[in-house]
Amino acid sequence: MIALEKRPEPSSFWRWVAPIVAVALTMAAGGAMFAILGKDPTEAIRTIFWDPLFGPFAAHDRPQLLVKGGPLILIAIGLSLGFRAGVWNIGAEGQYILGAICGAAVALAFYPLDSWVVFPLSALAGGLGGWAWAMIPAILRTKFNTNEILVSLLLVYAAEQLLASASLGFLRNPDGAGFPGSRNLSRYDAAANREILEGSGIHWGVSAAFLAVPAAHALMTRHRVGFHIRVSGESPRAARFAGVDPNRLTIFCLGVSGALAGLAGFFEVAGPAGQISIDFNAGYGFTAIIVAFLGRLNPVGITLAGLLLALTYIGGEAAQATMGLPAAAIQAFQGMLLFFLLGVDVLTKYRIRPARRARA
Amino acid sequence: MSDLLVIDGLTKAYPGVVANDGVSLAVAPGRIHALLGENGAGKSTLVKIIYGLAAPDAGRMFMRGREYSPASPSDARRSGVAMVFQHFSLFDALTVAENVALGMEDPPPMSHLARRIRGLSEAYGLPLDPGRVVGGLSAGERQRVEIARCLIQDPDLLIMDEPTSVLTPREAESLFSTLRKLSSEGAAILYISHKLGEIRALCDGATVLRRGKVVASRDPKTTTEAELAALMVGGEPPRPGRAGRAVGAARLVIDGLAAKPLSPFGTALKDIRAEVRAGEILGVGGVAGNGQDEFFAALSGETASDPAAIRFDGAPIGRLGPNARRGLGILCAPEERLGHAAAPDMSLVENAALTGMRRENLTRRGFIDWRRARSFSDRIIERFDVRAQGSSHAARSLSGGNLQKFVIGREILQRPEALVANQPTWGVDAAAAAAIRQAILDLADRGAAILVISQDLDELLEISTRFAALNGGRLGEARAVEGLTMERIGLMMGGSRETEAERADSR
Repeated sequence: MIALEKRPEPSSFWRWVAPIVAVALTMAAGGAMFAILGKDPTEAIRTIFWDPLFGPFAAHDRPQLLVKGGPLILIAIGLSLGFRAGVWNIGAEGQYILGAICGAAVALAFYPLDSWVVFPLSALAGGLGGWAWAMIPAILRTKFNTNEILVSLLLVYAAEQLLASASLGFLRNPDGAGFPGSRNLSRYDAAANREILEGSGIHWGVSAAFLAVPAAHALMTRHRVGFHIRVSGESPRAARFAGVDPNRLTIFCLGVSGALAGLAGFFEVAGPAGQISIDFNAGYGFTAIIVAFLGRLNPVGITLAGLLLALTYIGGEAAQATMGLPAAAIQAFQGMLLFFLLGVDVLTKYRIRPARRARA
Repeated sequence: MSDLLVIDGLTKAYPGVVANDGVSLAVAPGRIHALLGENGAGKSTLVKIIYGLAAPDAGRMFMRGREYSPASPSDARRSGVAMVFQHFSLFDALTVAENVALGMEDPPPMSHLARRIRGLSEAYGLPLDPGRVVGGLSAGERQRVEIARCLIQDPDLLIMDEPTSVLTPREAESLFSTLRKLSSEGAAILYISHKLGEIRALCDGATVLRRGKVVASRDPKTTTEAELAALMVGGEPPRPGRAGRAVGAARLVIDGLAAKPLSPFGTALKDIRAEVRAGEILGVGGVAGNGQDEFFAALSGETASDPAAIRFDGAPIGRLGPNARRGLGILCAPEERLGHAAAPDMSLVENAALTGMRRENLTRRGFIDWRRARSFSDRIIERFDVRAQGSSHAARSLSGGNLQKFVIGREILQRPEALVANQPTWGVDAAAAAAIRQAILDLADRGAAILVISQDLDELLEISTRFAALNGGRLGEARAVEGLTMERIGLMMGGSRETEAERADSR
C-alpha cells in the first residue's frame, strides 16, 4: 500500500513538471483510445500533434494556431483570476456567446455605416455582454449564496437558446433568403476583425490575448488586487483578516472573466466565424478551463497551454478529415488532459510514501 | 466492588508538551466519574488513550482486571468502551437509523435497527425518530443520536467528552437523567467537563487534572465548587502583576456589543461591555468556545457590528473593516496561525504584507513594493528571533511556535495604538513566550490599549492589569488582577450562580 504525505511546502518542481507528465499520459491513454477505435495510434498522435506544425500543410496550419489559441488564451486568462481566488466560473462559454451576440448586434445596428467607431463600439458591447452575463452568477452568489459553478454552467444553456433565437430571429440576415444566421460580419469592413498582419493569423482578438497575458501577470504578481486574489484562494479566512471583501472580489473576478470571454466571443464572430449562427461557438469557453489549469493558472503557462489546445483543435480536425476519427474522440482527448493533470497535480502538495501501519 | 477500568501511571508526551504525566485513576461499574480540568490539562489525551486513538508512552490500563491496550477504537468497542465526542461525526444527509448503522461493526437490517432505536429511546428518555434526516436535527438531538449509537452496543464504559457544551440547559437536564439511568443499570461513565455545577450534581467521584498530572481526587458531592475551581486552576497565588503603572484615559471601549455565532457550534455574544485604557492590559479568560472567536472577529473588524458598539478614542468603529481599523492603529493577532493569521502556502514576505500593507506603506498606487515587504519580513524575523530558513519560505514550513512569533511580531512592529491578541503565546516555548509577553508589556508602557484573550491563566495574571471572564458569550465584570484569588478566578470563569451571589455580597 502507498500513502500520501503532505509536503511542508508545495513542490515547485512538480508544479511545472505535472503538465508535461499529464500531456505524456494523455498521449498514451489517447493512443489507447484511438487503438480501440481501430485507428493507428501513432498516426493519430502524429496527425494531431506533429503535422499541423511540421507537416505538408503547416504553412496553412501555423497561423491557425494563433487564430484558435487567441480566444482560448483570452478566456483562460480571465478564468485564471477567479480560479486562483476560489471563484469558479464554469460558464465562460455562455459569456462568450453573449459577448458575440451583443457585439454582433451593435455592429449590425450600424450596418452599413462605414466608420471607424463601429469596430471598437462593437467590441465594447461584446465585453459588456459577457460581463453582464457573468454578473448573474456573481450577484446570486453574493446576495443569495448560490453556487456560482452551477449557475454559471446552467446559464450556458440559456445562452445557447438565446443564440439560436438570435440567429433564427432578431439577428437573422434580412437578405439571407430565410437561412438562419446573421449577415457576415467579416465582410462588413467597419466591423470585421481583420488580421493585423496579413497571413500571420494575428487578428485583434489575438493581440488582445497577448496584451492580457502581461497585464494579468502584473496584476497577479505586483498589484494589491492580485495579491488579494491569491490570498483568498489560498486561505479565505486569512484573506478576510487581511481586509479582503469576498463579495467584491467575487464580483471582480466574475466580471473580468465574463468581459474577456465576451470580447473573445465578439472577435470570433467578427472574424474567423464571420457570422452569428446556431453553432458558431466552438466550445472555446469550456476548453479554456482546461487551458487555465494546464497553464497552472499562470499567464505564461496559459499562453503555452492555449497554443497546445489550439493544436489539438487543428490536429483533431485534420484527424477527423483524414483518418475518420469521430469529433467526440477529440473532445474526450481534451478531457483526458484535464483529468490527468488534476491527478498528477496531487504530487505538488503531497509526496507518495509506502504506507506504514502506524498508529500514534 | 471491583473497578471496571483501572489506569496506572499513564504518560503520553507530544513534542513540546507532556500531555499526561503518570495519570492513575479507577472507574467502577454503576458510577459516574468526572474528569475535571482546564483546557490543555490532558483530559482529551487521556480519553483518546482509553478509546484506542492514541498509544501511551508509559503506564498500563486494566479492564475487568485484565491488561487492556486497545490498538484502535474498534478494539476499544469490542472491550465494551463507547465514546461520545464533543464534535459530532454524523452524516447530515442520512437518517438517524442509517447514522447509527454506520457506527456499528455488524449492523442488523434497517427495520430491526429502527425498532431497537425506538426501544432505547423509550427506555432512556432519549426522544428520537429513527427515520428523520440528521441534517434537520438540533445539536441536542444530534447528541442523542451519538448516544444511541453508543448505547446500541451495550457498553460497560461510556465516555462523554464535554457533552453539555452544545446543549441548552433543558437538554442538559434530560441528558443527566439518561446518564443516571444508565449508571443505575451498572454502566460506568467517565464524564469530562470543566463545568463545576453539573459535575457536583451528577458525578460520584472526580479526578482533577492540571498540566497533565492528577492533582486531586475528590467526592464532588462533598467538595465545594470553590475548592474544585481552585484545584482545577492551581492554588498558587498570582505572580506580582504590574502594580503602580500609570493608566490613562479609556481608548478602546466596547459598549453593548452583540454578535451572531460564527459557526453552528459557535457562541453568540450578548451585550459585552468593557473598556481598555491607555497603558492597560485587559486579560480576557474563559474556557474555549465561550465566544472568544466571535469576540476577536468583532474587534478585528472581520465581522461588522453596531457602529457605536466599539469605539476607539471616542470614534465609533463597529462598522469599519479590518484595514480601516489598522489605519487607526488597532492591530490584531488571531489565535489560529495557519489559515487565519497567515496563509499557509504563501511566503513569509507575502504573509508580512498580509496585514502590513497599510501601516508599512507597502503599496504605491495599488502596486506592492515587494522589496519593502521583504525588509519588513526580515525585520520581524530578526527582532522576534523567528527560526526560519528565510523570508521566501512558506509559512507552513515554520514550526508552530516560530510562526506564532512571526505573526505576533508582525503586529507589534507596526506600532499599534491598540492590540488585540488571541492566545498570543499558544504553543510557544517558554523563552519565546516570555519575549512575546515582554513585547506586549512594552507596548502598554508606550500607552497602547491592549486586550489579550487567553486560556492560560498564568499568562493573564502575569501581564494583565485587569481580568474579566468570557462565559457563554457574556463578558463578566473586569476586576483588578491585584488581589484576585485563584478561587475567585475559577468562579468567574465557571460563571456559576455563586459568582453572581458573591458579587452581590461584595457590592
